[in-house]
Amino acid sequence: MKLASKDVLGIKELSVDEINLILDTAESFIEVSTREIKKVPTLRGKTLVTLFYEPSTRTRTSFEIAAKRLSADTVSISATTSSVIKGETLIDTARNLEAMNPDIIAIRHSAAGAPHMLSKLIKQSIINAGDGAHEHPTQALLDMMTIKEKKGGIAGLKVAIIGDIAHSRVARSNIYGLTKMGADVTVAGPVTMIPRDIDKMGVTVHYRLEEAIKNADIIMMLRIQLERQGDSIFPSLREYSNYYCLNAQNIKLAKDDVLVMHPGPINRGVEIAPDIADGPYSVILEQVTNGVAVRMALLYLLAGGK
Amino acid sequence: MMNILLKGGRVVDPSQNIDEEIDLLIKEGKIAQIGKDIDKNTIADSAPQTLNLEGKIVVPGLIDMHTHLREPGFEYKETIQTGCQAAVAGGFTSIACMPNTNPINDNRSVTELIHRQAKRYNLANVYPIAAISRGSEGITLTEFGDLKDAGAVAFSDDGKPVMNSALMRRALEYAFSLDIPIISHCEDTTLSAGGLMNEGFVSTELGLQGIPNIAEDIMVARDIAIADYTNTPVHIAHVSTAGSVRLIRAAKERGIKVTAETAPHYFSLTDETLNKYDTCAKVYPPLRSADDVTAIKEGLSDGTIDAIASDHAPHSSIEKEVEFEYASSGMIGLETSLSLSLKLVAEGILTLNQLILKMSTNPAGILRIPKGTLKIGSDADITVIDTEREWTVDINTFRSKSKNSPFNGWKLKGMAVLTIMGGEIKYSV
Repeated sequence: MKLASKDVLGIKELSVDEINLILDTAESFIEVSTREIKKVPTLRGKTLVTLFYEPSTRTRTSFEIAAKRLSADTVSISATTSSVIKGETLIDTARNLEAMNPDIIAIRHSAAGAPHMLSKLIKQSIINAGDGAHEHPTQALLDMMTIKEKKGGIAGLKVAIIGDIAHSRVARSNIYGLTKMGADVTVAGPVTMIPRDIDKMGVTVHYRLEEAIKNADIIMMLRIQLERQGDSIFPSLREYSNYYCLNAQNIKLAKDDVLVMHPGPINRGVEIAPDIADGPYSVILEQVTNGVAVRMALLYLLAGGK
Repeated sequence: MMNILLKGGRVVDPSQNIDEEIDLLIKEGKIAQIGKDIDKNTIADSAPQTLNLEGKIVVPGLIDMHTHLREPGFEYKETIQTGCQAAVAGGFTSIACMPNTNPINDNRSVTELIHRQAKRYNLANVYPIAAISRGSEGITLTEFGDLKDAGAVAFSDDGKPVMNSALMRRALEYAFSLDIPIISHCEDTTLSAGGLMNEGFVSTELGLQGIPNIAEDIMVARDIAIADYTNTPVHIAHVSTAGSVRLIRAAKERGIKVTAETAPHYFSLTDETLNKYDTCAKVYPPLRSADDVTAIKEGLSDGTIDAIASDHAPHSSIEKEVEFEYASSGMIGLETSLSLSLKLVAEGILTLNQLILKMSTNPAGILRIPKGTLKIGSDADITVIDTEREWTVDINTFRSKSKNSPFNGWKLKGMAVLTIMGGEIKYSV
């Protein structure tokens, strides 16, 4: 089986079979990262370009390590060190890249829909590495992989996603993915962080953390974007933390074997208490590890599985 | 100047309650005679150009009361010449252009330039709309009297709402004393700030910041309140929400002097159109939900909405072939307005007579211009429509300099086949 599209723009576009294919492929790559020589020749001669218009450490590094473990060459371009600062448009940048014939471009952009625009214009495979508040498909895939690994499956699990849903691409991709895979998804946050009509995406909405995490199998905490305080979507970090920080007290409402996830970077003490972030429920670092395997799987399926 | 005899067409003129197959004679640029079986041998000029229009609809020249010509300042998007070419190709003999040029049309020299250029090309009547406030900054009123004398027909800070309620009050009062309309772009910018599309399920899915309906509704309510209090008229531009329609309907029932327009995209498209991030469908106010579209159609049908205007807003590929967030707002409309509006007739929402009322007679009345009629002695501005002719929208054939239309590829039925301005044929197919 192959992926239906040349691109991976979002989880919305992926079928259940495709998600399973990616997760199964990723699983088969985990072992490569545990070898002493962490490299296989699968994508020798292929080139991945990471085109990042937003700062990122883990996603970009994860893509690069994934590509290198499959023997692909990587080129990384960031907006601050490229012709973008000379005023080059995204289209022109992409057309120039296209002319150099890479195989895959992973793009991170603050504007929602930027990867979609590129996918229509250029022939290379595009992987959405996060576009605005829209989607972050590789994050959702690595989250699903982590859940599957720890819980044996996804269907029937109760997942609570807490925080700024309105501005979170991680939330959207996970909602698409987890509901497709049969999980029961709840979102919670103050009304100012819950986007309009989100229930039509198949989720239950709560406005209190406690209600949302009751009997949860999985709690996904989202990062509070500190710069949004000026937008009046929450009055102060203190107030937010009082009501929405996951801590040793409120986590007792969840199931005993609950998994705590976070896409990072963490604001310790704001959305998640330090002892919870580092505690026994937390799988935050496993998520990062699985990120490499998921990205290896995508690169393989898009560039190597032909 | 050639005299023209239009024979056998179905003449629809709401200004005279005419809807019948009759002939129409144009002499020296004016409507000279209208009636059954005008015989060219019996009239003074026995050799007029005779056009057989059987099966066609003959109406007063269409008027687009809300367009953007981009000259001066943004000639790479549109010029007065290309805008007029697009207008006549779309069946419009008169267009009123908004002041957001560069410099802004807030002084006599810009108004006069627009008139001069329009006269030079002599394709369509161009009526400049001047800014309400200097620089459209919402602080100081422009010189309404001087601008009116220079040829401005209305005032609007279109694209930049007048947020200062006191200034809006003064504008309505002062304009009333000069008998010139104020056209209000209703948007509370504190609610719309940062918004890129309609706020709703689609914006949630796409992760784009939304513009709530209330950003428009609140300002419509405010302007109605001011118009009521000051007993002056106000015209609401590009109505897009169900709430606005309700407010305007209630205001009219109470006798408040409010008129309103909408644009074809607000009854032809919903925010679903944006689900592939099509920048051509990015407009202000944004495309709304299916419920809003239904309300707009009801408002058109029951007379709440008086006019259909194109809100023709040309942008070049430089502004549109970018990330959605950075793309300029606006779509062109002069060459698709009529056909999209004719769908309302096909759907039974409007009669042909009501459509012509909204695309010609009413805009003339709101702008107080001597157009929108086929009365004897009036300027021979005439549009001939073939309601049966099918065509496919192809942006590459458009006269407009810009190509930002989300309707490209749409199959439409009905179009203007002949446009006569001042007794001269300006466009025919």
